[in-house]
Amino acid sequence: MKAQFSIQRRQLLAWTALIVALAMILAACGGKSGGKAGTGKLEIFSWWTSGGEVEALNAIYKIYSAKYPNVTIENAALAGGQGQGGNMKALLETRMLGGEPPDSFQVHLGRELIDSHVIAGRMEPLDWLYKEEGWDKIFPPDVVAIASYEGKPYSVPVNIHRSNVMWYRPSRLAQVGVTTPPKTWDEFFTVAEKLKAAGIPAIALAEQDAGGGFSGHVLENILVSVLGPDKYKGLFNGKTGWDDPGVTQALQILDKLYGYANPDYLSTSWGDINDRFVSDDGPAMMIMGDWTHGVLMSKGFKDYHWTTAPGTEGYFVLLSDSFGLPKNAPDRENAIAFLRVVGSKEGQDAFNPIKGSIPARTDGDRSKYDTYLNEAMDAFKTNVGLPSIQHGAAVKQSFLVDYDAALADLATNHNVAKTQQMLVDAAKVAGLGK
Amino acid sequence: MKTRQLLSRSAIYFFLIVFCLFYLLPFYVMFITGLKPYEDLNVTRMWDLPKTVSLDGIREAWNRVAPNFRNSIVITIPAAIISSFIGSINGYIFAKWRFPGSNTLFILFLVGMFLPYQGILVPLVRTLQAVGLYGKTLGLIMVHCIFGIPITALLFRSYYAGIPDELVDAGKIDGCGFFGIYRWILLPISMPSFAVVLLWQFTNIWNDFLIGLVVLSSPRLAPVNVAVQNIAGSWSVEWNVQMSAALIAALPTIVVYLALGKLFMRGLLAGSLKG
Amino acid sequence: MRLKSPGLANKAMSHSTQQGERGFAASPILSALRKRLPWFHGDTAIAFLVLIPSIVAVAIFIYGFILWTGYVSLVKWDTAIEDYTFVGLRNWIQLFTMERFHWDLRSLVLYALGFMSQCIIFGFLIAVLLDQKIKGEALFRTIVIFPFAVSSVVTGVAWRWLMQPTTGINLLLQKIGFENFYFEWNANPKWGILAISVAAAWQFTGYIMALYLAALRGIPDELREAARVDGAGTWGLYRRIIIPLLRPVTFTAVVLTGMGSIRVFDLVTILRGPAFTTDTLAFHMYQSIFGLYRFSLAAAVGFFMVFLSSFLVAPYLHSMNLEAEQ
Repeated sequence: MKAQFSIQRRQLLAWTALIVALAMILAACGGKSGGKAGTGKLEIFSWWTSGGEVEALNAIYKIYSAKYPNVTIENAALAGGQGQGGNMKALLETRMLGGEPPDSFQVHLGRELIDSHVIAGRMEPLDWLYKEEGWDKIFPPDVVAIASYEGKPYSVPVNIHRSNVMWYRPSRLAQVGVTTPPKTWDEFFTVAEKLKAAGIPAIALAEQDAGGGFSGHVLENILVSVLGPDKYKGLFNGKTGWDDPGVTQALQILDKLYGYANPDYLSTSWGDINDRFVSDDGPAMMIMGDWTHGVLMSKGFKDYHWTTAPGTEGYFVLLSDSFGLPKNAPDRENAIAFLRVVGSKEGQDAFNPIKGSIPARTDGDRSKYDTYLNEAMDAFKTNVGLPSIQHGAAVKQSFLVDYDAALADLATNHNVAKTQQMLVDAAKVAGLGK
Repeated sequence: MKTRQLLSRSAIYFFLIVFCLFYLLPFYVMFITGLKPYEDLNVTRMWDLPKTVSLDGIREAWNRVAPNFRNSIVITIPAAIISSFIGSINGYIFAKWRFPGSNTLFILFLVGMFLPYQGILVPLVRTLQAVGLYGKTLGLIMVHCIFGIPITALLFRSYYAGIPDELVDAGKIDGCGFFGIYRWILLPISMPSFAVVLLWQFTNIWNDFLIGLVVLSSPRLAPVNVAVQNIAGSWSVEWNVQMSAALIAALPTIVVYLALGKLFMRGLLAGSLKG
Repeated sequence: MRLKSPGLANKAMSHSTQQGERGFAASPILSALRKRLPWFHGDTAIAFLVLIPSIVAVAIFIYGFILWTGYVSLVKWDTAIEDYTFVGLRNWIQLFTMERFHWDLRSLVLYALGFMSQCIIFGFLIAVLLDQKIKGEALFRTIVIFPFAVSSVVTGVAWRWLMQPTTGINLLLQKIGFENFYFEWNANPKWGILAISVAAAWQFTGYIMALYLAALRGIPDELREAARVDGAGTWGLYRRIIIPLLRPVTFTAVVLTGMGSIRVFDLVTILRGPAFTTDTLAFHMYQSIFGLYRFSLAAAVGFFMVFLSSFLVAPYLHSMNLEAEQ
């Protein structure tokens, strides 16, 4: 036995030495780059790792590669984590704090970027790029305003998603004799009562993974309908306090919704809500962003149609994915070239039909987009644009975490006053309006 | 008397089977989900056997996971082996070479086991940058070895403490010094203990997600669990692919366990974790 | 166990003597050190020197970071902008008065109780069952320890499905006869954290079982025979002899599961329940950094976790001192 061990040990040592050497060789490979546009590499961070999202991103890469065939594109995509792109944001934070930013990264347009890397002085302003590319004229002024801090935009939006959409199942509504979806909250609750009597949940809600944000999304649309555009925007610049009676009313509506929701809403997570919506005993309506369209289609589901969330007709609550330019980007020229593609008509018309969103540009090629998206583009042109809370346009991320936590408390404890106080405290900590 | 024995034997087997069913349950769900085609997937039907068996999930899972799988092999095998050796030497020192303060030093090492790594990612990155190892596989291997120092020292120290001091004394009398005793006396009988420690280190390093991701600074260089996570989309998940990927990612640890299994049991037998 | 052959011993001796001559006769620094530290000579000195790289690594990468964490907890870094303005104990006061922190402590206690008891009790029980000379022991043993090979993230994903109240384990139990069973598992607003401990125990019990099984194997048969001859029944045998003999293993199991309880993170991120009912210290710290940018508050949580863990390690020091006295 001892001899066996000796041989084993020798083999073990030999293998160890071999593997350690291999590891060191591999570790030594891989270096840095950086040169003029057209050579070197391009490292892009995003959380688009699967399905239509990564295909859409690849469409932009394809256009880029056609222009710059000698640039190696490193698609550093990372999914999962807390909230949208939580893991990617965490990794990005360590890269930024370490002073080694990627060439560009996906980020929600608006305060999510501004209150993180912009105020820390880690992003380059893009006003000159906007002028060169004519984006200051082709992106709607609402969008440019959301993108800007102290008058300068800091990222380039590639798409626009709409938050205030209500999806409904005509067959479920027909079961209680309703043919058109409700347009106001009063109408909604009348319909909901009818549905309840028939044993059908009126609305889809997903409250698992505390602070997951589903009800945060619903609430922002209730806030728009109750407060109107100016008071809604006032919530983020201090003009409207979160202790406003309008906020109370909105919270009460949200709280009331739980009585008409799918009964297991506390155990349903955002990722599973679409499964619930399409199942035979699923709820009749759901307020969710327009990426839902693509998801429902991919499930082969046909029994659905859309309208605006109750009380939000004429408003377009928007969110947008965008790309910025970090300071000291290792391949700055390549990064700028990438941004040009992202903001171009060609780029946006290649990206958005696949992603299921509409271009941030107002000159999109209508023929490439389906029915829903064309309707959305019409609305986008005429409606009043408002920034989404839940998706990083209106407020800083830290407020959003507290906001979602307050609503998670509401879902469990149904205490409107307590939740409202949590929101007021959160607003104070976040310094909204200072 | 015989019936009582029969009853108690049956009871033993019954309970063991119930326990095993409990431990197999999640594997069952993961396995059959991996074999289902995408349209068949729904959390409401998780227990149902697949209507049609589809290998798409497995194939797709391997494609997505393969590059990071390779990364994990390159990271985990050297890190596990090296950190085990370091632990072995350190455990040997703490067990057999007492000097004033060695107990306190050992306790200080132990407290290091409790460091919550999520909170020290920022200083970790900056320290690695200072020594030029940020973003490099070698840097990650070093980090895993360092973070493994406390636990490997604990495990080996327990094992060597169980070996009678007379053996070491006999070695000293025969003229062996520090390295001699290690090489000729302790190392030959350490194989079972190496198995214990290797398994623990391999499992923890292979299953690591955050440290590997942050130290290597990019998801493309990161270990395999990152690839498993990446299969999730923003709004919906291809469960068949993700469950298959999870099983694929778990395979190497299971293989290592099977290979080391016998040694593992013997290692524990000799008191590696007795404390 | 003796050395294999005199030849080998001679080889070992000459090797180390040469080293000794080269190393210690020559260096003036070392002889100066030797005067001040009387134990610093010969092989003990070598032992200490070999330990130094580990000491340095631990000092920098563990204690350096712990001290950095403590320092950051005393400054004002609570936005994306790095800010090291000293503010004293403000963050600590804020932490101790936060509702979320109280939930964290509650979760810690419940989780630790649930996780540790499940692992140790079931680990011990299964080991006892396996020790009864049964057929297929290797198969049973392997199945029970399989979950240990799976990462926490994967465990979380699998158990997320199993914990679905209408379609998961509940459904299964209802089908086999427990028709009225209904539990929201991790979505339960009060006891969700205990459900998470079930998933965690599923993963870790196998390892504890292996500890106990090996220790049981180490108990000589004569001891059991003697107890039987003395008239002890099975229950008495275990209570008076076997369990006390297993105390060291139990102690190690307590340390390992205690460590797992304080540091639990991955599982909780995936199996989160409503509001703060399943919040834990590690998750609170992580979210404070990457979600809220409140680095200083997060540092306070992290430092507190290390502080807590010293309570787990202190008994170990005590037992080591006892050992040294023996």
